[in-house]
Amino acid sequence: MLAEQLVASFFAAAGFAIIFNVPRQVLFQCGTVGAVGWFLYRLLVLNTVDEVVATLAAAAVVAVISQIFAKWFRTPIIIFNVSGIIPLVPGGLAYDAMRHFVENNYEVAIPYAARVVMLSGAIALGLVFSEIINQMIRNGKWKSYHNKYDRKGLERS
Amino acid sequence: MERYTVTDVCLLAGKLMLQSGAETYRVEDTMVRIAQAFGMDRAQAHATPTAIMFATDLTEPTNFVRIVSRETDLHKVTQVNGVSRAISAGHLDVTEAAKALETIDNQKDTYPNYIQLLAAAFASGCFTIMFDGSWLDFLPAFFVGALGYGLMSYFHDMLKIRFFAEFLAASFVGLFAYLIIFLNLGQQIDKIVIGAIMPLVPGLLITNAVRDLMAGHLVSGITKGAEAFLTAAAIGAGIAVIFFIF
Repeated sequence: MLAEQLVASFFAAAGFAIIFNVPRQVLFQCGTVGAVGWFLYRLLVLNTVDEVVATLAAAAVVAVISQIFAKWFRTPIIIFNVSGIIPLVPGGLAYDAMRHFVENNYEVAIPYAARVVMLSGAIALGLVFSEIINQMIRNGKWKSYHNKYDRKGLERS
Repeated sequence: MERYTVTDVCLLAGKLMLQSGAETYRVEDTMVRIAQAFGMDRAQAHATPTAIMFATDLTEPTNFVRIVSRETDLHKVTQVNGVSRAISAGHLDVTEAAKALETIDNQKDTYPNYIQLLAAAFASGCFTIMFDGSWLDFLPAFFVGALGYGLMSYFHDMLKIRFFAEFLAASFVGLFAYLIIFLNLGQQIDKIVIGAIMPLVPGLLITNAVRDLMAGHLVSGITKGAEAFLTAAAIGAGIAVIFFIF
């Protein structure tokens, strides 16, 4: 069941990467980011974690992996971010909300709509969270200690 | 031979990035970095989703570029990023940089249209599975998704009004999903529709809007957010119309 989800999310993320004209060399990585994010989300939801919290965690992990990949492959981070976030976008819930709105079931539609807002907020927050961590690492005081051993290891010190 | 200035290079780089769907803060950052690499330390850049302003110094004349069309081509964003890195490292002079950027500008899409259509189709099918649809609905979503994405590009080229193109494409998705259920080729219409409209969902816009807002670019963030909201509303309305009719 989870394996099937993993494969599906990989191809969904990679498919989106193609739609967004991502460079060929990083297509596989884009799919991987998407699959990891979705897998984590499903795993957390299966273990009765709230959907919003699961989305937040998955988005944060996606963003962290994206940061690493962006540094690694020297590409703008947006490439990996977008592919990773796509599976988490609450398309299904938004659809449900809208469908109930159209059918005049406002009492049913409002909770769905509120859920969509919460989930979108969680995605945004997850992205920002890793950004902040990245900023802290980049601007942190400990960088001066880090630089001493950077790249050349202990030799240079 | 044509002469290029640093302003030309910066504006071309910014224009390319903005047209290809980069975040505005990255656009400004890249332009200022290129200018700095050529020794203009006080260069000013201001980018919004529809225009770029650039001056090489505080009191120098300000140049302006209007961005009319925006699409998503992350390959170009990556290439411009690469050129900007090369300039910062001192590997390119002004003319070489301008030539490199012009080559990128004239380049065709990385993937041919049919591959993109196929990708949209696969993504649609996979989304149906991810939303716990049955494998019997994979093929219906595959075809309806391809249809929706293809119609969206077609209407976009024909009508030039993006929101209306999205509206029409979404309503056709709804219509064909109904047809498939009517002909007894699929199981759950909900799962098919959700999968098939995913390629139309403005995922990139939402991410960009959030990143711009967080970087302090409030104008760009809010305009992009509004664009994303309008797109989502257009898709929703398109599907809603079909539900309303049946």
